[in-house]
Amino acid sequence: MTPENANPSPAPAPAGGKKQRPPRQKMPEQPAAERVRNFNEVPYGYSADLAQLEASRCLQCKKPACVDGCPVCVDIPGFIKKVAEGDFLGAARTLKADNSLPAVCGRVCPQEEQCEKLCVLAKKGESVAVGRLERFVADYERERGTGELPPKAPPSGFRVAVVGSGPAGLTCAGELVKKGHRVTVFEALHKAGGVLVYGIPEFRLPKAIVGAEVDYLRRLGVEIEFNAPVGKSETVDELLASGFDAVFIGTGAGLPYFMGIPGENLIGVYSANEYLTRSNLMKAYLFPEYATPIIRGRRVATIGGGNVAMDAARTALRLGAEKSIIVYRRSRQEMPARIEEIHHAEEEGLEFQLLTAPVRVLGDEAGRVKGLECLRMELGEPDASGRRRPVPIKGSEYVLDVDTVVVAIGNGPNPLIPQTTPGLATGKHGNITADEATGQTSKPGVFAGGDIVTGAATVILAMGAGRRAATAIDAYLRAKKPAG
Amino acid sequence: MAKVVARREIAPQTVLLELEAPKIAAKRRPGQFVILKKDEAGERIPLTIAMADHARGTITVIFQMVGAGTRGLGAVPVGGEVMDVVGPLGKPTDIHKVGTVVSVGGGIGTAVAYPIAEAMKAMGNRVIGIIGARNKDLLILEDEFRKVADELLVTTDDGSYVRKGFVTDVLKEVIARGAPIAEVLAIGPVPMMKAVCKVTKEAGIKTVVSLNPIMIDGTGMCGGCRVDIGGQTKFACVDGPEFDGHLVNWDVLGTRLSAYKAHEQEACRLHGAEKR
Ligand SMILES: Cc1cc2nc3c(=O)[nH]c(=O)nc-3n(C[C@H](O)[C@H](O)[C@H](O)COP(=O)(O)OP(=O)(O)OC[C@H]3O[C@@H](n4cnc5c(N)ncnc54)[C@H](O)[C@@H]3O)c2cc1C
Ligand SMILES: Cc1cc2nc3c(=O)[nH]c(=O)nc-3n(C[C@H](O)[C@H](O)[C@H](O)COP(=O)(O)OP(=O)(O)OC[C@H]3O[C@@H](n4cnc5c(N)ncnc54)[C@H](O)[C@@H]3O)c2cc1C
Ligand code: FES
Repeated sequence: MTPENANPSPAPAPAGGKKQRPPRQKMPEQPAAERVRNFNEVPYGYSADLAQLEASRCLQCKKPACVDGCPVCVDIPGFIKKVAEGDFLGAARTLKADNSLPAVCGRVCPQEEQCEKLCVLAKKGESVAVGRLERFVADYERERGTGELPPKAPPSGFRVAVVGSGPAGLTCAGELVKKGHRVTVFEALHKAGGVLVYGIPEFRLPKAIVGAEVDYLRRLGVEIEFNAPVGKSETVDELLASGFDAVFIGTGAGLPYFMGIPGENLIGVYSANEYLTRSNLMKAYLFPEYATPIIRGRRVATIGGGNVAMDAARTALRLGAEKSIIVYRRSRQEMPARIEEIHHAEEEGLEFQLLTAPVRVLGDEAGRVKGLECLRMELGEPDASGRRRPVPIKGSEYVLDVDTVVVAIGNGPNPLIPQTTPGLATGKHGNITADEATGQTSKPGVFAGGDIVTGAATVILAMGAGRRAATAIDAYLRAKKPAG
Repeated sequence: MAKVVARREIAPQTVLLELEAPKIAAKRRPGQFVILKKDEAGERIPLTIAMADHARGTITVIFQMVGAGTRGLGAVPVGGEVMDVVGPLGKPTDIHKVGTVVSVGGGIGTAVAYPIAEAMKAMGNRVIGIIGARNKDLLILEDEFRKVADELLVTTDDGSYVRKGFVTDVLKEVIARGAPIAEVLAIGPVPMMKAVCKVTKEAGIKTVVSLNPIMIDGTGMCGGCRVDIGGQTKFACVDGPEFDGHLVNWDVLGTRLSAYKAHEQEACRLHGAEKR
């Protein structure tokens, strides 16, 4: 993938007065018709020229509102200024001071709800493309940087176990190792990254990028133990008894919810987690060279309206589906997916059946899916959340002709640690209870953060929680007597 | 990485692998399983820990080469390595003193039944073992089972060894003796477990089965291993793999196990192997 030759020339400033600002610059991307046949990343990213042009749009506000919208308070005007000046590696240093995974965040953060939403230019319609610039800077640094490592505090003598290698765990581990502690990450799967490797598809977040971030942490001194399902291989108490001075739990989301409708156990009904894990982590799209199979549906219905549903439905297209349909019970305004994903999905020809609720999966004699019976909904009175509640329209049942159904309606918390850690308080859904500012749980020396605490949220929120916990763990350790 | 320290073909298409996995060997309890992934492109294959040797730091798995995945695993030689070994997974068997237990193993299920029978015996129970196979060649672990059972009854479908009949025939005879049986543990192919449960339900004997749905992560993340237990969805890797046999919806399990039949043939073709 070489961005250069695929680049359109920068969009010119409209003719007119001097004060005219160039429009928000688009990222060149693979044409929709082509990309639905491959798993390569959709956008190519900015060229240096496009990045500088886009950066020049930033007003460099004295009181930057965008920073308030960033859960980890990246110095956004600071890094953008360096981009405008052409100092891309300097921009990367600024960015990395607050965000340890910028190449990831630039690709998957819901910027339109965060920094870009509060950008002063947004009021005029076109905020600075913060996410695209972040992505450019991180990619530039990864490809052309010197690979220099940040300074590390002298060894503290303390050891910390981090459970789970998703964004929460990786961020926490990186911060702690920089503070001089010895950190071991325990990961249940055979690869590090959590949802970044098993959930979010290659075409949205190339696995090589996650791999590079993990390598960087290892070079920093973070040790990773794979195939280590804590709770089973060793319990949290055993970790604390075997020389770890503190434990951070970042085990993320777990068991997928199903709808409880008839036919959900038919062959061809997948949870989004299973569908995406087969495709991403196990590379089932390369079957049979890779041994894990996946059903390549001809007509696929995905139930849900979030990022997870978009990822599954777009994966189905790439696995060869003629038709990939999103079935969502509310209307488009309520769809929680990132705008860019919905936009890309539409370009790729996804069909949206909105205000539609599935009532039954139909199967053939062999137990395979042959249809999805749905019901039309209309918007009724607002519910507790203020959103108008969808109510079924009587007698509106109809059958969607599909052979695969992917259920993407959310997850409960991962059960292994709560099941095996006495004294660890959990909430009513089984999420671990932890202090928002510090990640401290009900158990001394044990901290937690990310989806296991909040329920399904975002990469950046998980990172923020990992980082705050690292600060709290550092303080907790230093208040203890120095180890040996 | 786990090194293979021993490998034997204990029956046609049936391989025993002893692997270096000291942490798992120290930790595992009867009824638990591991997931093995042979190499970068390999499948994640769940297999019961049939034996563990704490002192040697090894675990032993016994499996049938039914598809491309298990065939690949079965081809790893002594001294060779398995890239990923995860475990111990699943809930251990609830081992307690109840009196007389009947442990029924069918086919490769005998390898799963064996460690549980061993633990039940060590707990002070009277253990009656019933093991069966399609024919004499396919019968496994007879000597080992005999050592841990107070009584071992053997049967073959075709009568090529000891007697002709299914394990359920033998079980019915044992029940007919009239001595009290506290619990039956049945492990084998779906039709066998289903048949055993029918017999024990009529006789009113508590029955525990170990289910083998298709799995991926084995840690409660993907939901692929879901089974229907008394109308409720349960996840075999974290809620099981053992369940009350009288509550299992066998049809759902049987159907779901056939999900990748067509893929399986494609994979076997690719790897140049002939389907049995
Ligand atoms: C398909 C999909 C698409 C998404 N898209 C976006 C997006 O576009 N933008 C966005 O911001 N967010 C997105 N999200 C949400 C985001 O990925 C999560 O909020 C985030 O990854 C949570 O991070 P985490 O570190 O808490 O947990 P996770 O990423 O879930 O990582 C947890 C890790 O812990 C491991 N683990 C679990 N239990 C144990 C144990 N007992 N022992 C050892 N290891 C264990 C798991 O294997 C996993 O690797 C998406 C989520 C999904 C599923
Ligand atoms: C908790 C657990 C413990 C297990 N313990 C053992 C064991 O000790 N010894 C052993 O031989 N097997 C055991 N199994 C079954 C074993 O995992 C499967 O036989 C294996 O995954 C098949 O892989 P494959 O790639 O060779 O075959 P595939 O190519 O996946 O399939 C071959 C054939 O087997 C069927 N199949 C696929 N997965 C399974 C499955 N999980 N169970 C049964 N049939 C399946 C397929 O439908 C197909 O017809 C266990 C399974 C579980 C879930
Ligand atoms: S195997 Fe994935 S949840 Fe059980």
